[in-house]
Amino acid sequence: MKVLVPVKRVIDYNIKPRVKADGTGVETAGVKMSMNPFDEIAVEEAVRLKEKGVVSEIIAVSIGEAKAQDTLRTAMAMGADRSILVETDVVTEPLAVAKVLKALVEKEKPDLIILGKQAIDDDMNATGQMLAGLLDRPQATFASKVEVADGAVTVTREIDGGSQTIKLALPAIITADLRLNEPRYASLPNIMKARKKPMEKITPADLGVDMTPRLSVVSVSEPPERKAGVKLDSAAELVSRLRNEAKVI
Amino acid sequence: MTVLVYLDHEGGVIRQASRSAITAATKLGDVDVLVTSPDAAAAAKSAAAIPGVKKVFAVTDTTGNSELAEPVAALLAQLAGNYTHILAASSATAKNVLPRAAALLDVQPIPDIVAINDAETFVRPIYAGSALATVKSADAKKVITMRASAFDPAPAEGGSATIEEIALPAGPGGSTFVATELSKSERPELESARVVVSGGNGMLNEENFKLLEPLADRLGAAIGASRAAVDKGFVSNEYQVGQTGKIVAPELYIAMGISGQIQHLAGMKDSKVIVAINKDPEAPIFQVADYGIVGDLFTILPQLEAELDKAG
Ligand SMILES: Cc1cc2nc3c(=O)[nH]c(=O)nc-3n(C[C@H](O)[C@H](O)[C@H](O)COP(=O)(O)OP(=O)(O)OC[C@H]3O[C@@H](n4cnc5c(N)ncnc54)[C@H](O)[C@@H]3O)c2cc1C
Ligand SMILES: Nc1ncnc2c1ncn2[C@@H]1O[C@H](COP(=O)(O)O)[C@@H](O)[C@H]1O
Repeated sequence: MKVLVPVKRVIDYNIKPRVKADGTGVETAGVKMSMNPFDEIAVEEAVRLKEKGVVSEIIAVSIGEAKAQDTLRTAMAMGADRSILVETDVVTEPLAVAKVLKALVEKEKPDLIILGKQAIDDDMNATGQMLAGLLDRPQATFASKVEVADGAVTVTREIDGGSQTIKLALPAIITADLRLNEPRYASLPNIMKARKKPMEKITPADLGVDMTPRLSVVSVSEPPERKAGVKLDSAAELVSRLRNEAKVI
Repeated sequence: MTVLVYLDHEGGVIRQASRSAITAATKLGDVDVLVTSPDAAAAAKSAAAIPGVKKVFAVTDTTGNSELAEPVAALLAQLAGNYTHILAASSATAKNVLPRAAALLDVQPIPDIVAINDAETFVRPIYAGSALATVKSADAKKVITMRASAFDPAPAEGGSATIEEIALPAGPGGSTFVATELSKSERPELESARVVVSGGNGMLNEENFKLLEPLADRLGAAIGASRAAVDKGFVSNEYQVGQTGKIVAPELYIAMGISGQIQHLAGMKDSKVIVAINKDPEAPIFQVADYGIVGDLFTILPQLEAELDKAG
């Protein structure tokens, strides 16, 4: 069985993003970039399924600038067998990404597509659901447990107030939540090996997809800054302040 | 302009977050709503009583299919014809369903808005709230989720909308509902509570985490947690506050043994008053806290309870 894993290159989650002075976006020049944390989890899950003998091939896909190659190399160092870079300089919106992925799914015919639940740059939380909608295939978002057996996948998903279990016929789309697994670090030998794994390069036009964003950015600004308040010496003072000054209790 | 709002309910009562969605929707136009439930009659009645709602579409479903994204997204896409905007409060359910419906409509969704500038232009946080983006949609229809904390809830009573029973589109297509496990709690709902007491890694273990309950009881508070506390199994995932958990904005947020990483702040920094108790004076949580105490939370916690009892 074949798995497709879309991985996005984003500002590393340990870095505090800075809004550009001209208000057009967030500064990415000279900033450390990494694989979206949820996508690491998606890759890890695919690799674990391969280690269990359920999966035979893992294909990593990234849509973005040429530098997204680094992200694909990381995915291959973690265990993906090959990768596809769909190169574009346009900001990638979930709708357009889902259309690119749909075209690739039709070509590669994977049984499972595992995405991250959310890209930590645009915080959209949409691409997996949209791909499933475009393909008219079942979806399991926010997965915390995945079990494949007999042509179906049973997924436990995180919902408000608890968890839900659903069973999907393959091919199916899954989006990974943080609790699904703990991704491995790529070992040095595997990083070396990944350099030799195949990477195909195509463009959205090759797939007949128009990447033009539907949302235009009017402006990007810093959120209102919260000021640090006062440090107090005792619980008594805290209760008194909350009651008499802040009037919240 | 006419807006269709997809409502969340619990046990037949429309959630407060969904009443905030009605407030947001009325800024855009006339409001109809959709509610799906095993007992839609109760939920529809509760929805019809919200002032501002013109019409309620109610789906009664006892099969579990209304718990699945596939048929509900298909239904929303089917109803979308008459509407300029489809809107819901951000929740796990809405995030599961709305993007799928948007794809069926060839629309790029606009998630988690915190302000409406005009019918096309919305403000939404990006990068875990490190920036606010104002975006303008070129789509003919807008599919939107909104942060309930950014809009006041519409009243629960006073309206009298008409109710129309409708059916879910056929078959979920390859997806079967197996089970839902909900954790029961007598406490106020995290997202709409007036006071939230949250614990982090500093609570050390599941046993100790329960020490927050007497404090929460005294304050009528909901209990929340950091990702670290959830990951270590102190509490289950629905308690998580942050970029990938719940977004809360209570009158009072008390962070106990939480360092205040950006992903956690993303979920609570719009709270009116923030209190932090942490033994590390350099913890980033103090940069957003109105009141802080540097010290051992296991010493301070019982003192707080005693003070509340005293003055109360
Ligand atoms: C993609 C992604 C998404 C994430 N989403 C979220 C999210 O939604 N929500 C979230 O919370 N995190 C999230 N995280 C994790 C986040 O980065 C932090 O790891 C997490 O918030 C840390 O939790 P903590 O503050 O409880 O733990 P720690 O950082 O370990 O802090 C514990 C604090 O407790 C204090 N302490 C310890 N003992 C005591 C004591 N006896 N008395 C007083 N103070 C004490 C310590 O000084 C310390 O400051 C996410 C991470 C990633 C990568
Ligand atoms: N440009 C991209 N390239 C590859 N995968 C992507 C891209 N954008 C989004 N994805 C995938 O879709 C998931 C959700 O992203 P989003 O809907 O933008 O929050 C991510 O975790 C990735 O798995």
